[in-house]
Amino acid sequence: MIAQLTIEDLSLTRGDRLLFEGLSFAMGKGEAVALVGANGAGKTSLLRCVAGFIRPAAGDVGFGDLDPDEARRLGLHFLGHQDGLKGGRSARDELAFQVEWTGGSSANLAAVVERLGLSPLLDLEVRKLSAGQRRRLALARLIAAPRTLWLLDEPMAPLDMARRALFGELMAEHISGGGMILAAVHDPLPIKTRNVEVG
Amino acid sequence: MGSLAALFRRELSLAWGRGGGALLALSFYAGIATLLTFGMGAAPEPMKAVATGTSWVALALAALLSLERLFERDYEDGALDLLSLGGPALESVCFVKCFAQWLSTAAPLALAAPVAAVAMRADPSLVIPTFAAALVGGLGFSFTGGIGAALSLGSKRGGVLIAVIVLPLFAPPVIFGAGGLAALSEGLPWESAFAFLGAYCMAAVALGPFAMAAAVRNALS
Repeated sequence: MIAQLTIEDLSLTRGDRLLFEGLSFAMGKGEAVALVGANGAGKTSLLRCVAGFIRPAAGDVGFGDLDPDEARRLGLHFLGHQDGLKGGRSARDELAFQVEWTGGSSANLAAVVERLGLSPLLDLEVRKLSAGQRRRLALARLIAAPRTLWLLDEPMAPLDMARRALFGELMAEHISGGGMILAAVHDPLPIKTRNVEVG
Repeated sequence: MGSLAALFRRELSLAWGRGGGALLALSFYAGIATLLTFGMGAAPEPMKAVATGTSWVALALAALLSLERLFERDYEDGALDLLSLGGPALESVCFVKCFAQWLSTAAPLALAAPVAAVAMRADPSLVIPTFAAALVGGLGFSFTGGIGAALSLGSKRGGVLIAVIVLPLFAPPVIFGAGGLAALSEGLPWESAFAFLGAYCMAAVALGPFAMAAAVRNALS
């Protein structure tokens, strides 16, 4: 399992444009880091780089002594702007798939459905759900499939006040259980975070 | 293995569910086979000579039609991000997606191929060989087609681009499949054509997923 994330002298480019250079920080178990910076500073690109989608122009992303590829496939959750839910399938099918795909158990799934109040949504087609409902559906895999590192891109944006508080509790539980959260945010998260300026 | 089985079930339900490509490909095949029959006129003899070949061309076009859905939708809605961060490697994901594409789209097309061939006056003794050849050829269509689908990710008008990339790769199965059936109907040696068809399709199954995974990684970056 991932016990450490090290960003070392990292530079990212998109096309010809340099997003940032020389970014270094490290985080360990039980830590939450908030990436802050203006629009277009490269927060999302940094998250995609940690997730292994974007190759850095220079520098390195390390996960302690773990093989990076394996660490990514087994040890982290990536929740971006898009949730990967299929509009034509029922919420129940999509939820079950996302949880099973990321290694969660069906016993966990039942508990999460209860906790996030998802049961009224399960029989609906995903395309009939609101943005906030879809986000709650996507959050379920974070809880039902235990993985150490959560990479979150503006996770709160579509949620209502009550759900923001609930998600805050879930994040606090994850951190106190030795998890790690790296999130790109504009509004501060409802948990104790260390800020890292990007760009 | 459990998660790959879950992916396989998801792919089948997407192909046969709302907005899926399987029924569309089948209807397209019926339509194009009918049009080709009309276009060739009513004379039975010339039609009989080209029946199996024509049904293979229609098969290749129908297989092409559903390729755009193979990766493009998962790319647009972010599902490819999720698929590349599950336990199984991206190569396995590509293999399962193409295999499901074959089972949901190419296998029904293989069932329809003998019907179309006979409607075009092919000899009824060719029904089973046509089905078998279309089933094997469908593997080649799905796995080489997947390479085109992955390479065209993120480009606008991806469907046209897929056709340009993939049609040359579709030539060998069409040549060997239709050629073998033609030889069979004329009582000529047919084994080598089918051996080449099988070899080409097996190579596509073995190598295609690596090419697809590389193209998908490139598209996600």
